Amino acid sequence: MGFSPGSFFLQNLFNAIMLGGLYALIAVGYTMVYGILRLINFAHGDIMMMGVYFAFYAATILSLSPIPAAVVAVLGAAGLGFLIDRIAYKPLRNAPRISALITAIAMSFFLESFAVVVFGAIPKSFLSVFKDRTILNKVLTIGGARIPLLTFLVIVLTAGIFAVVFWIVYKTKIGMAMRAISMDIPTTSLMGINVDMVIGFTFALGSALAAASGIMWAMRYPNVYPYMGFMPGMKAFIAAVVGGIGSIPGAIVGGLILGAIEIFAVAYFPDLSGYRDAFSFIILIVILLIKPSGILGKKAIEKV
Amino acid sequence: MVEKRLKTSTKVWLTIIFIIFMGFLLWIADRTFDDYKLRVLRLIAIYGIMAVSLNLINGITGVFSLGHAGFILIGAYTASLLTLTPEQKAMSFLFGIQPWIEKLHTDFFTATIAGGAMAAFFAFLIGWPVLKLYGDYLAIASLGFAEVVRIWANNAMTITNGPLGLKAIPEYSNTWWVYGWLLFTVAFISSLVYSSYGRALKAIREDEIAARAMGINVFKHQLLAFVVGAFFAGVSGSLYAHWLTTIDPRLTTMGPMLTFYILIMIVLGGLGSITGSLIGAAIFAILFEWLRNLEQPFTFFGIHVPGIPGMRILVVSVIFILVMIFWQRGIMGREELTWENLYRWFSKLKREGEKS
Repeated sequence: MGFSPGSFFLQNLFNAIMLGGLYALIAVGYTMVYGILRLINFAHGDIMMMGVYFAFYAATILSLSPIPAAVVAVLGAAGLGFLIDRIAYKPLRNAPRISALITAIAMSFFLESFAVVVFGAIPKSFLSVFKDRTILNKVLTIGGARIPLLTFLVIVLTAGIFAVVFWIVYKTKIGMAMRAISMDIPTTSLMGINVDMVIGFTFALGSALAAASGIMWAMRYPNVYPYMGFMPGMKAFIAAVVGGIGSIPGAIVGGLILGAIEIFAVAYFPDLSGYRDAFSFIILIVILLIKPSGILGKKAIEKV
Repeated sequence: MVEKRLKTSTKVWLTIIFIIFMGFLLWIADRTFDDYKLRVLRLIAIYGIMAVSLNLINGITGVFSLGHAGFILIGAYTASLLTLTPEQKAMSFLFGIQPWIEKLHTDFFTATIAGGAMAAFFAFLIGWPVLKLYGDYLAIASLGFAEVVRIWANNAMTITNGPLGLKAIPEYSNTWWVYGWLLFTVAFISSLVYSSYGRALKAIREDEIAARAMGINVFKHQLLAFVVGAFFAGVSGSLYAHWLTTIDPRLTTMGPMLTFYILIMIVLGGLGSITGSLIGAAIFAILFEWLRNLEQPFTFFGIHVPGIPGMRILVVSVIFILVMIFWQRGIMGREELTWENLYRWFSKLKREGEKS
């Protein structure tokens, strides 16, 4: 290929940061919901998929230009997340945790089959969203490494979105309510906070982030199909666990670690490329055995 | 009031009569049903084995595993590679095959046992790390294991033929094989559940810390349930492969989708009930086949509806969500359909009838 080892590394480093950032965006949704409800929202990856389809149809049927289409899709996904919580998870707040987990699996299953029936099982190309593809195809050269402009854009956008997330969670009233609920639900509701609204908001925020991640994902890997959310969803969950579930900085760290391992392992050991989806599960088992609370997680106290 | 109990010998006789009667019904069905109905009848038994074995792990032991499809896949590939003749294997493996796998050839029964044993062996290996986890983490880790197995099957061209899959597997899974295995599965797992091991498993499900305090080795018992469940999952995989006649490692055939189907069966039948799992499996198999009608064009009250692919999965998933929200207990809850319970219900009905 004629790359120097340094530029080869740099090129993969950018890919790793981009992929890791996308995982991290999805992982935040998992980690916030898990922090509050102790529920793995299995349907989270499928909400990402729905967000991508929303953007696709907003651009092709409503013929919006890419940025308004993305905004519509993110808002649509936020509404969907809120609705899913209201319909499927809220009735089970006091049920055993396993029941809620099974319901989440059922929800994921529902969204996937809904997409097969309504949108069709045949993959669609996300590139048809863009009429003008010059930006997508632009490539920058830094120190011999060829890096698509899109990779930069995704990294910058992801960083910006994270800044907004931190502002919401740590600087606003609703963010304070979210953090309070994650510590103690009954006490928070005694403080006059509408717990259900805050939980609904958490789902909406997480879903919006997943949709944003999905849209950027689809710009980079433009294959849109009903099961596209399954693998990124699983890996983002693993990222959340690796970083320490319940912690937003942890989700970022976990996402970046996962992205780095996936990209670099395939880059330096091309024989393993068929197994790239298997790495993250092996990392999950290893991290759960060594440090179950994750890298930045607090140690959970087992209540008897 | 002292309840009248059935004598053990009565129960044994009732069971023997019941099995002979069911065997007779199957014999009639085997001779009179057309090919399509017979295939559904056999599928019920295969699903039954899958559901009962997952129920042992998830419902009775309370270890929430989502790795069943992985064990089924291991059983299916092991058994199919054993029943295919060396010539068939040489022909279908376009990228070459490991010579020792090509030469191996056994009868269907040995192959099925081997499939079960291979799945049990993997359950034993994976059980060490996975069972150290609990709750949701265990669910994800076991799902991850199943995915790793599937990805491996997709890549190991010289062993599994990769994404091309195995074709022309002989259709050995006739009515007698599948129902024979179902009978053995139910007999084995219910005798396990009603032994002291079974009581320990239920104790772990109810309260792990209390069980540990009572001197139960939690890990050993969970591993036992996991390995036994995986063995029967492997067996069902072999039967399934010899029913399907082609297998491949796609997401929808032997991936997480299959685990979710089995989960629907056991949730519908009642988590923790063996007879419930059987009822759930039968309902699922029949419903899922019947819903095929939705995917063909049909006329509904004079309105012509075109066939929509994927519609039956959508309907099943809606049912799954509704069951979870409104009817978590399922059909049987944790009760079993035993002679004792039947007798009690009937005598209760009779008493109420006499009162009014």
